[in-house]
Amino acid sequence: MTWVVLLALAAVSYGLKAAGPLLAGGRELGPGVRRALDLAAVPLLAALILTQTVGDGHRLVLDARLPALAVAAVLVWRRAPFLVVVLAAAGTAALLRALGPV
Amino acid sequence: MATAVRDRTLSGAAGIGIAVGVYGVSFGVLAVASGLSWVQACVMSMLVFTGASQFAFIGVLAAGGGLLAATGPAVMLAVRNAAYGLSLAPILPARLRDRALAAQVVIDETTAMARAQEDPAAARRAFLATGVSVWLCWNAGTLVGALLGGGLGDPRTLGLDAMFPAAFLALLAPQLRRAGAPVAAVAGAVVAVVLLPFAPAGVPVIAALAGIAPGLLLARGVRS
Repeated sequence: MTWVVLLALAAVSYGLKAAGPLLAGGRELGPGVRRALDLAAVPLLAALILTQTVGDGHRLVLDARLPALAVAAVLVWRRAPFLVVVLAAAGTAALLRALGPV
Repeated sequence: MATAVRDRTLSGAAGIGIAVGVYGVSFGVLAVASGLSWVQACVMSMLVFTGASQFAFIGVLAAGGGLLAATGPAVMLAVRNAAYGLSLAPILPARLRDRALAAQVVIDETTAMARAQEDPAAARRAFLATGVSVWLCWNAGTLVGALLGGGLGDPRTLGLDAMFPAAFLALLAPQLRRAGAPVAAVAGAVVAVVLLPFAPAGVPVIAALAGIAPGLLLARGVRS
């Protein structure tokens, strides 16, 4: 059963990714749709950032992930390399959790 | 100049790959802890290949939910890849076989890297470099994590859960220069956080797409 569900999830997930490139590839999109799609990743990424920083299941919690995100934000603003940004975030969260009850 | 841009693209792709690989290790560890076998964890990473969906899936399993309950949020989180696929279609390889393969790596990281480029040729190069790098590292990480099993300890103690928002922030930042993007980002974030306490897992992130509307309105205002 686990295998069936895993393979079905794989098929659905590939179908979603491939629908645009394989089916709508040659089609021209209207400028409005084009602009909307260009912008689509922005609110999704913002939502992922927030829900994965303050979300815990259905609860909103403030914990070590928030200061970790703040450190990441400063590093992104200072144009630090991607790897430095994510490792600094992990290090901040790990350090705060080791030090106290956050 | 062109060489410098190309170097930056490649080092960006490698950097994203390494970060994704590290997170792949924790996915492998958590997947095995949630009850999947190491083979299932690895096959999932190769075929499903969309991190947030995979984490949502094993998260529900680990919390005691059934397979079908775990599938819903995973699919909803994967829906955004359809939007990415549509927007990336013009820069993907033209040959059907290459196109079908490239579609498998249509995800957050590759889309963001492609979007950050100035012209279509650079966007295609950045997409493919990031796709290969992220696919290899994610799967290598999953394998290592799944074999290590619980040996790494609690991913939270290592702060691995804080890596995801930081990575998404680094991907979001270059896109904020688009007209209307900051408004779309704030609106999307607000929608997601407001819905989080009661909407099913995965729905808040999809609903955040509503943030496109105020972003577009504002962008139109700027142009006229």
